[in-house]
Amino acid sequence: MEHLLDIYRSMFTIRKFEEIASRQIVDERIRGLLHSSEGQEAVAAGVCLALDQNDYLTSTHRGHGHAIGKGVHINLMMAEIFGKVGGANKGKGGSMHIADSTVGMLGANGIVGSSIPLACGAALKAKIMGTNQVAVSFFGDGATNQGVLHESMNLASIWKLPVIFVCENNLYAQSTPSDYSVSIENIADRAKGYSMPGEIVDGMDPLAVFDCAKNAVSRARDGDGPTFIEAKTYRYRGHFLGDNPLRYRSDSEEFDWKKIDPIPRFRVFLLEEGGATKDELDDMELAINENIVRAVEFAKKSPFPSHEELEKDVYDNYPKDQLNRTVSSME
Amino acid sequence: MRTLSYSGAILEGFREKMESDEDVFILGQGVTNPWYVGDSMQDLDKIFGAERVIDPPVSEQGMNGVVVGAALAGMKPIVVHPRVDFLVMGIEQIINEAANWSYMFDGQISMPLTVRAIINRGGEQAAQHSQALQAIFMHIPGLKVVMPSSPYDAKGLLISSIEDPDPVIYIDDRWLYDLTEDVPEGLYRVPIGKGKIRIPGEDVTIVAISSMVPEAEKASNVLLEDGIKAEVIDLRTLKPWDTELVLDSVRKTGNLIIADAAWRTAGSAAEISAHVVENLFSELKAPPVRVTLPDVPAPASRSLEEAYYIDSGDIINAVRKTLDTN
Ligand SMILES: Cc1ncc(C[n+]2csc(CCOP(=O)(O)OP(=O)(O)O)c2C)c(N)n1
Repeated sequence: MEHLLDIYRSMFTIRKFEEIASRQIVDERIRGLLHSSEGQEAVAAGVCLALDQNDYLTSTHRGHGHAIGKGVHINLMMAEIFGKVGGANKGKGGSMHIADSTVGMLGANGIVGSSIPLACGAALKAKIMGTNQVAVSFFGDGATNQGVLHESMNLASIWKLPVIFVCENNLYAQSTPSDYSVSIENIADRAKGYSMPGEIVDGMDPLAVFDCAKNAVSRARDGDGPTFIEAKTYRYRGHFLGDNPLRYRSDSEEFDWKKIDPIPRFRVFLLEEGGATKDELDDMELAINENIVRAVEFAKKSPFPSHEELEKDVYDNYPKDQLNRTVSSME
Repeated sequence: MRTLSYSGAILEGFREKMESDEDVFILGQGVTNPWYVGDSMQDLDKIFGAERVIDPPVSEQGMNGVVVGAALAGMKPIVVHPRVDFLVMGIEQIINEAANWSYMFDGQISMPLTVRAIINRGGEQAAQHSQALQAIFMHIPGLKVVMPSSPYDAKGLLISSIEDPDPVIYIDDRWLYDLTEDVPEGLYRVPIGKGKIRIPGEDVTIVAISSMVPEAEKASNVLLEDGIKAEVIDLRTLKPWDTELVLDSVRKTGNLIIADAAWRTAGSAAEISAHVVENLFSELKAPPVRVTLPDVPAPASRSLEEAYYIDSGDIINAVRKTLDTN
């Protein structure tokens, strides 16, 4: 029962976070891109719940859900989106780049496909050091057309890395439909070419995702190597906040996917079969809303980074006078 | 004549060139998405069809290789990367393949390839979506690099790039897209390798690259109020760059400022400075000054962006300090 509630809490938090953050982007005139993961919550919630806190995660431009699932504090996330000092990266990364190494979130990546080998590297560490950790990489259908995905899968397979490739197939890469860009119907079939299991899972069903991820995690921990999971899902918004998706997809398609929205469906399931009460869920939702409103307050109160912050952290360790201020020797 | 915007001029260059030469085609991930390319490629897919304006899967390495191959086979392909940052994913094909073909095979096969990549800085989009990487390409023998700063040049240099028998990296900057000026209809060329004096002057030479040209012009106007006559040179081509134009100007002024909105270490400004010092050491009244970005990745936060990017104020400061030492 507790894990059922956890899944719901996670999905509901992601949904509300995306909704509220999207409004803030407009109200605060933040120009950074926000790629909402609304619609895909079941995948992030289901996979992340199968992980331990010290397992690793790499993510993409559409990474808020993954970060929330992995346990990054929403205050840090909201302030990062605002570009404030209180943010997860002190405002240096913004919405597309949230990281919190204390919970194994190694960073969200703005370059499509590039986060995938990084998860393999984290998994290689776990293998070499015998730590029993696993690593997960989330990526989209579009990313599966990058050569680096294929190289990563092959390496993971020949080295039996404890890594899980989670493809969130939301049918589009920006405006490009995956039935044009991908040569096969099920992306999971690509796993065969790298002799690893390729699982197809209903990405609108958090329990199905959770079960599938749990199996992959035990395979990885048992030393049996990588798994590829394709979660069939849908992003409800445009590619990013300013994109009108009806340029390239139909409203009837959107309508059909919203009919199977994972959140209300799972709520009904919890009430009818999961032993939850309406009051309990109402209270939880209220509390989540309040937390996110508090995260917005936190972000608003946090100051913008001072100009001195600009040159900090380019390196861990580097002679400061060689960072080359704007105007050369004259200053 | 009518006026066109910078992005409108690029669009017209594409359209007219594709109408006149059936060997030209475009391969560009996201070229149908206005948020990436503005209106600079609007409706080209509708006019020329999906065979000649291809929006491929996200596969930069493959894309770049495919256009290299098509160029070898005699086409004049244009590959478009809506952010320079994405081009990096496929840079192997540009540096190891495209750049070397002419030399490795002793000129047997030419490489009439145009690589268009867009700089998109200052949008709170952080380190992987805001980079200006012209210096990397300028470093590579076998590549030519152009960076127009005006609508007229945006069109004329695009046409020259497409017609050029060598691989040309054409880099435009979203910050320039709304500039307007008179642009002739029909095909015309702006020569690759030639800079242009935007404002004549005799006290100091400001060599500006791309988005720094309008800033240098602003700076020059402000300085004029103090009686300082700055000569503004729009470099237009980074490789091969117009050494004669710059040397002639510095011979006259004895002072050199180079403004390039890119990193400083081993950057384009460093190259220009070194060349001038090597050739005109005794005629310089002060050391050349580079006005560039610090060696720091692009931050997301708007307050850090303020500190990061450079503008006419930085150029004015550099000029004043230089002239103070004369
Ligand atoms: C190397 C690279 N090429 C292009 C882009 C531009 N881009 C950003 S998101 C995206 C689509 C990615 O689609 P997918 O992997 O399916 O993820 P989704 O957006 O659907 O979550 C593209 C092409 C990029 N960020 N990096």
